[in-house]
Amino acid sequence: MTTRLAALAVVLMAFAAPAAAVDGEKVLADRCAACHDLTGPAPTTLKALWARKGPDLFYAGDKYREGWIAEWLREPERIRPAGMFYAEHVKATEQWDVVDPSGLKDHVKLPKDEAAAVAAALMKRKAKSARVAQAKVEEVHLSTVMGDLMFDKFKGCIACHRTGPEYGGQSGPELYTAAERLRPEYMWAYMQDPQAFDPKIWMPNMHLAPADLNKLVRYLEMIAEEDD
Amino acid sequence: MGVRTVALAAILALSAVSLAAPVRAEDSAADLYRTYCIQCHGLKGKGTGINVRDMSVQPRDHTDAGGMGGLSDARIFKAIKEGGPAVTKSVLMPPWGGVLTDAEIESLVRYLRTLCGCKGAG
Repeated sequence: MTTRLAALAVVLMAFAAPAAAVDGEKVLADRCAACHDLTGPAPTTLKALWARKGPDLFYAGDKYREGWIAEWLREPERIRPAGMFYAEHVKATEQWDVVDPSGLKDHVKLPKDEAAAVAAALMKRKAKSARVAQAKVEEVHLSTVMGDLMFDKFKGCIACHRTGPEYGGQSGPELYTAAERLRPEYMWAYMQDPQAFDPKIWMPNMHLAPADLNKLVRYLEMIAEEDD
Repeated sequence: MGVRTVALAAILALSAVSLAAPVRAEDSAADLYRTYCIQCHGLKGKGTGINVRDMSVQPRDHTDAGGMGGLSDARIFKAIKEGGPAVTKSVLMPPWGGVLTDAEIESLVRYLRTLCGCKGAG
C-alpha cells in the first residue's frame, strides 16, 4: 500500500511540475547570440557598426520592458524600417532613396515559454545601469500640439524617426512604439547622450536639457497611446 | 664620434617610438559619410536621402558646385559640428560634434569638396 501511494505521489508530482522549464540563457546562446551582442562592449569602429545584425542586448535589462519582449518575440514586427544598418538596405531612385526590402530579414519567432524565459534572462543584463540611473524623469504636462512642434520643428527628431506607420524618417527606429518597448529612464538617458550607450551610432547628441528630455519622454508615451 | 653616436642613438630612439606607437585606424571620410550623412544627403550626395520624403526642408545637394562653392570650409565645419541652426539653417541638420572628432569633421569637409568639385568661398 505504501509503495502504491509512493508511486501515485511520483506520478502526480510529474504532472504538477512545469514541463521542463525553459532555460532562457540557453535559448539566448543558441538562437540570439549569432545576431545580438550579449556581452558588450558596443562597436567602436564603423566596420563593426555596419556589421551589427541586431540591437546590442548586453544592457537589455536597463532598456526594455520585460512584458514587451515576451510578447514581441512571439510575433515580431520590424522596428527599424531600413534594418539594423540603414545604408545596407537603401537604393537610389530618380526622386529619392528608398528602402530596399530585398535584404531585410524577419526576426525569429519564439514559442510562448521560450519568449518568457528569454525576456527574464535579458532583464539580468544591466551593463548600463549606472548611466540609466542618472536619468531624472519627471512627469510633465504636454499638449499634442506642443509635442508635435517640439519633435518635428524644434528638435528635428522627425528627420530620422517615424511618429506613425507612414510618417517620418526611416534611418532610425520607429518611435510610435518606443514607450511600449522601452523604459522611460532609458529613453531619457539615451536621448541625453546616445554615444554613452553606442559610441559610433548615427543618432546625434542633440544637447537636450532635462526639461526637454522630460517633454520628449512624455511625447513618446503620448504617441504610443495613440497607436494602441 | 661622440656626436655621431648620439645622433645615431637619437635616430634609433625616434624610429623605435614611431614603430611602437599604435597606428590608429582612422575611418575614411567616405566611410563617415556613408554612416552619418547619406541618411539625409543620399547615396549620391544630392540631398535625396531615405529620410527626405517627409522633410519640410530639402537637405543640401553636395554635388551642387554653385551652392557648395558659396560656402567657406569654416562654415561647413561649423554646420557639421554644431548643426544647422549654428549657421542659420534648419534644425533638421543636427550637431555631429558628439560623435565626430574635429579631425573627422575636417576630413568630411575635404570629402565634400571632392563631391562638389569646387573650392570654398573666401
